[in-house]
Amino acid sequence: MAAGFKTAEPLEYHRSFLKENCRPDGRELGEFRTTTLNIGSISTADGSALVKIGNSTVICGIKGELATPPTDAPNNGYIVPNVDLPPLCSSKFRPGPPGEQAQAASQFIADVFESSEVILKEELCIEKEKVCWVLYCDIMCLDYDGNLLDACLIALLAALRNVQLPEVSINKETDLAEVNPDRKRHLNVARHPISSSFAVFDDSIVIVDPTAEEEALSTAMMTVVTDEDDTLCMLHKPGGTSLSSEKLQDCINRAVTRNREVGKLINTVIQSVKTHKPLMFSLYKVMKTKMEEPSGGSSVKGVKGDTA
Amino acid sequence: MRQRNCDFVGTTMEVDGQSTLSLREFGCEQNLLSRPDGSSSFVQGDTSVLAGVYGPAEVKVSKEIYDRATLEVVIQPKVGLPDCIKILQTGSLVMQCQHLPQDGSKMLKMGSPIWNMDSRVKERAREQCVRETCEAALLSTLHPRSSLSLVLQVVHDDGSLLSCCLNAACMALMDTGLPMGCLFCGVTCAIDPEGHIVTDPTAQQEKNSRAVMTFAIDSAQRRVMMSSTKGSFSVNELQQCIAVSQRASEKFFQFYRDSVRRRYSKTL
Repeated sequence: MAAGFKTAEPLEYHRSFLKENCRPDGRELGEFRTTTLNIGSISTADGSALVKIGNSTVICGIKGELATPPTDAPNNGYIVPNVDLPPLCSSKFRPGPPGEQAQAASQFIADVFESSEVILKEELCIEKEKVCWVLYCDIMCLDYDGNLLDACLIALLAALRNVQLPEVSINKETDLAEVNPDRKRHLNVARHPISSSFAVFDDSIVIVDPTAEEEALSTAMMTVVTDEDDTLCMLHKPGGTSLSSEKLQDCINRAVTRNREVGKLINTVIQSVKTHKPLMFSLYKVMKTKMEEPSGGSSVKGVKGDTA
Repeated sequence: MRQRNCDFVGTTMEVDGQSTLSLREFGCEQNLLSRPDGSSSFVQGDTSVLAGVYGPAEVKVSKEIYDRATLEVVIQPKVGLPDCIKILQTGSLVMQCQHLPQDGSKMLKMGSPIWNMDSRVKERAREQCVRETCEAALLSTLHPRSSLSLVLQVVHDDGSLLSCCLNAACMALMDTGLPMGCLFCGVTCAIDPEGHIVTDPTAQQEKNSRAVMTFAIDSAQRRVMMSSTKGSFSVNELQQCIAVSQRASEKFFQFYRDSVRRRYSKTL
C-alpha cells in the first residue's frame, strides 16, 4: 500500500513525512546521512579519496604533471578540477558529452577553489617561467543518490591532503627538470572549505543532505560552503523558490557545525594513515580488505549529523 | 503591431547610515526584435545584454515534460562561440585546437595546459542560474508539453553581467506576455578590500574587490531567489549585502512598473 502511494503520489508521500518533522529514510530534517571516507583508494594516483554520503558514492583521483606556467601568471601552477557523471551512476545521465549538471558541478568546484584559495597556486610553481605542477583532479560519481556537491568537495579535499608530490629540481646545465621520486612531500592545504547542501520543499521546509528523490521533488536547492574559521566561501543557490534571510541564517549555522564534523572526520582518517607504519599499514590494508572495503587506504565511518 | 518601448533611469544616489547605494545608469528597451515573441535589451552602465524569448512552441519529444513547459536558456558570449576553432597563443607557440563538443569540459592537453576551465562551462553555470530563476518565476504549468527558449546575447560586459542577464530575461519574459507568479531582478554587490559594499560594480571594481555576490530578488516578498558568490566573506557581510540588494531591487521594480505603465498608458 505504502509502496503504491509512493509511486503514485511521490510528493504527497514526502509531505506526509515532512509534516511529522521526519523523512522517509527515518532522518530528521537537519540530519545528514552517514558519511564514510577512505583515502589512498587508488594506488596509481598521486592522491585519492572515496566518499560515501549514504548511498551517494564519489571517488576523486589527483594526478600531478609538469608543465610550463601560464604566461600571464609565470609564478603560478594549475589546478584542473573535473566532475564526471557517467551513465553508470544513475539513469538520469546519458553517455556522451558532459551534461549540464556535470559542467555546473565542475564549475562549482573551480569556483570554490578560486574563492577559498585551498592551495596557493604560487606553491605549485617549481621554477618561475620554466616549470610548474598541474594537478588534474578527476572526480567521478559511482552512485548518484543526491547531494553530489558535498560529496565531491569532501572527496577533493581529502584527496588533496593525501597528495604526495616528488621533489623536482632544475638541472642548471641541461635546463631540464629532474624528478627525485624518493623524496616526496605533502601539499600545503591552507584552508578547508566544506559544503552543506539544502533542499527546499513547498517554498518553506528546508531539509539538509537531500537524496536524489528529494532533489527531484524539491522546489529549490542551495549549497553553503564555509571554512574552518566560519568564513563563507560560497553561497550557491541556482534559482528556485525564494528564501528569507532568517532561513538562510539557519542554513549557514547548520553548515558551520557540519564543517566541524567533517573536518574532524578527515583529520581522523589522515591520522590513522600516518600512525600506521608501512608494515602495519599494509596489515591494516589486508584486514580492511577482508572486512569491508575492496580498496586500500584507511577508512573511517562516522559523522552522522545531529539536528540543526 | 506593438510599439518599441524604451526607458532609461539616471544614476540614483542614496545615503543610508552605513552604506551608499548607488547604481549605474540603467535602462531597457522592449520589443526591439521582430522575430522573437518577446525581446528586450537591458543596459547597466556599459554592460549590455540583449534577450529574446521564443515560445510557447512545440517541444522535442526527448525534452518534453508532461506537466509543465520546458525552459531552455542560452547565453551567447560576446567573443567566441561554443563549438568553434580557437586560436590560442602560448608564448611564442601558436596552437590551433579544434574544440570538440564531445569534451565540453575537458581541458586540452597539448603541450602545456592552455586554460583551466573552458569559458563555455562558465556560461553553463550562468545559464543554470538564469534558467532556474526563470522557472521559479514562470507559471510554466499553464503551458504543459511546450517549449520556451530564452536567448541572451552579451553585447558588452563591464561588470555585473549576471544581474544584467537576469534583468534582461525578466523584461523579455514580460514582453512575451508569459504568465508569471512574480517578477525578479538581479543585483550585484562587491565588497572592496576596505569592507565597503559597492552595488552594481564595473568590471574594474569587481576585479579589485575581495568578494562579489549576485542575488536575484523576487518582487512578491523581496526574498533571495538566486545567489551566486565569488570570494570569501563573513556571515555579517552576506546579510548586509542581501539587505542592500533588497533596497536596490526596489529601484528596479519601480523602474519595471514605470516602464510598463508608460508603455500601456493611453496618453503616451
